Amino acid sequence: MKIIVCVKQVPDTSGKVAVNPDGTLNRASMATITNPDDLNAVEAALALKEQTGAEVVVVSMGPPPAEGMLREVMARGADRAVLVSGREFGGSDTYATSQILAAAINKIGVGEEDIVMCGRQAIDGDTAQVGPQIAEKLNLPQVSYAADIKKDGKTLTIKRMLEDGYMTIKVNTPCLITCIKELNEPRYMSVGGIFECYAKPYEVYDYETLKDDPLIDPTTIGLKGSPTNIFKSFTPPQKGAGMMMEGADKATCDQLAGLLAAKHLI
Amino acid sequence: MSTFNSAAIEEFNGGVWVFCEQRQGVMMPTSFELISEGRKLADELGSKLYGILLGDKVEGIAKELGGYGADGVYVCESPLLKDYTTDGYTKVICDVIEEYKPEVMLIGATNIGRDLGPRCAARLHTGLCADCTHLDIDVPKYKEFLRSASTLAPNMIDSIKEDDRNLKMTRPAFGGHLMATIICPRFRPAMATVRPGVMKKNAYDEAKANACQIIKPNFSLTEADMQTEVVEVVKAAKKLVDLIGADVVVSVGRGISKDVEGGIKLAEELAEVLGGVVGASRAVVDSGWISADHQVGQTGKTVHPRIYVALGISGAIQHKAGMQDSECIIAVNKNGNAPIFEAADYGIEGDLFKVVPMLIEAIKAAKAAK
Repeated sequence: MKIIVCVKQVPDTSGKVAVNPDGTLNRASMATITNPDDLNAVEAALALKEQTGAEVVVVSMGPPPAEGMLREVMARGADRAVLVSGREFGGSDTYATSQILAAAINKIGVGEEDIVMCGRQAIDGDTAQVGPQIAEKLNLPQVSYAADIKKDGKTLTIKRMLEDGYMTIKVNTPCLITCIKELNEPRYMSVGGIFECYAKPYEVYDYETLKDDPLIDPTTIGLKGSPTNIFKSFTPPQKGAGMMMEGADKATCDQLAGLLAAKHLI
Repeated sequence: MSTFNSAAIEEFNGGVWVFCEQRQGVMMPTSFELISEGRKLADELGSKLYGILLGDKVEGIAKELGGYGADGVYVCESPLLKDYTTDGYTKVICDVIEEYKPEVMLIGATNIGRDLGPRCAARLHTGLCADCTHLDIDVPKYKEFLRSASTLAPNMIDSIKEDDRNLKMTRPAFGGHLMATIICPRFRPAMATVRPGVMKKNAYDEAKANACQIIKPNFSLTEADMQTEVVEVVKAAKKLVDLIGADVVVSVGRGISKDVEGGIKLAEELAEVLGGVVGASRAVVDSGWISADHQVGQTGKTVHPRIYVALGISGAIQHKAGMQDSECIIAVNKNGNAPIFEAADYGIEGDLFKVVPMLIEAIKAAKAAK
């Protein structure tokens, strides 16, 4: 049994975000992190590894420096890592990205007992599309928004969150699951893990490695193969300067209430 | 599996479609919002607007969609469609889309819509833009939108070619720091998931509801198509707060940390006086001080009430993304440099535990004086 976990290196948008004058993100000036939801997927895979002895393979698409992130995930306990990297893959939208990742996962191989895991969404795009699209390209059933996963033989029972409650879903392997933060608390890297991570198998798949997969077609990958294009990108304006009230006492509050009443807001 | 290509674009003249999500036979509010928005797009395209409704014995709730602007509703009924499943819904929707060929497909960005949309787009080989907050067809209207909602230089806006007829799908990216407008020029339908609560509902028109056409497309769905089994659907036990529909939202942030219970109680009292509900920043939800259905912001809900009060909220961009379109924003924060004041119409630099009780009394007095 094998668990393939998809992870993404993302700019840390929780801190200060730098935007270039042309409206694009100044990635070079920002710290990168492993996408938070993906760490929940890693943790779920490691928990299943402890239960079943499964092999955990971590895969990411990105530029060569993403190796550091993959080593860190191996330091947490993953057994091997694959980086999917090549300029032919650059500029891919979610559709094209899922084609490429699906081809890479095909090469790793999805067996009858295997599971593919992803985070629900990445904090740079927030689309939540790549997981389901990989599942479609691999013809696997999917369960998204997983908040609890129980495995009994080939059958997984998953608590799938909704805004107003949850569903309990049964699915057999092979399948794809997208994970949310309610699922678990990701473990830290262990000291031993950090020592071992550089000795663990690490491979890079480029265009040459994957080009024989039917999913890899120049017309369906990269910028040119992406169904969606950016028409315009821009920064939203700051709202016009509001009014700072004088003081913070009863008179201030009376004045504010008066302003709201005058505007018929109360 | 579809192999659509650019040559077939013209064949997609089946109108604008909206996936109308229902749960347990009750229409999700976002379906009405999307029908209202879809009406605008269909008018700009000079085409018709249809809902597509899946479920078991749901025809009875279809006509109401006409009251918000749908010309017709494709109703697909089967016991296998009673509860949402990725397999069942994707198969039926993709089969019906391939037959009737809509040019635009809108889906509410609920936890279900965000599961369904990407799966359908991948099967249909078309583009999907996630979590849109603004949609346009007509370029002059899009330019008008950019003039008010972007910091682009006027010449950058003026130079956009007026003849573009693609669906222009605008969404926040990088936690709201950037906005991007996405198009899907080579494939149809152009697909978008749309944030619930963002699009405004049309006024309901009974006559239009009665005139709404019901269409029952042929589709095949068997147990063999289903690889997932819904064992149960559980509704949250407590009544969830209706942030999106609220007229007034009073939200609390980390500033309540010195007395969490007291802070939330004050917010509840202020909300009651103003006729609203209590919201919260992500920090408050993540700390477990209040349940997640109260969360406003990029990862929570988008609200645009008449009055939004931010108590002890610093105003991270992810929070502002969820409330900055409110009609009137009032912020109370001890730190005069908090970014929330940049978004506020009225700011008070002070301790919320001192200010809010006085504000409650002042509002009561102002209301009594009216």
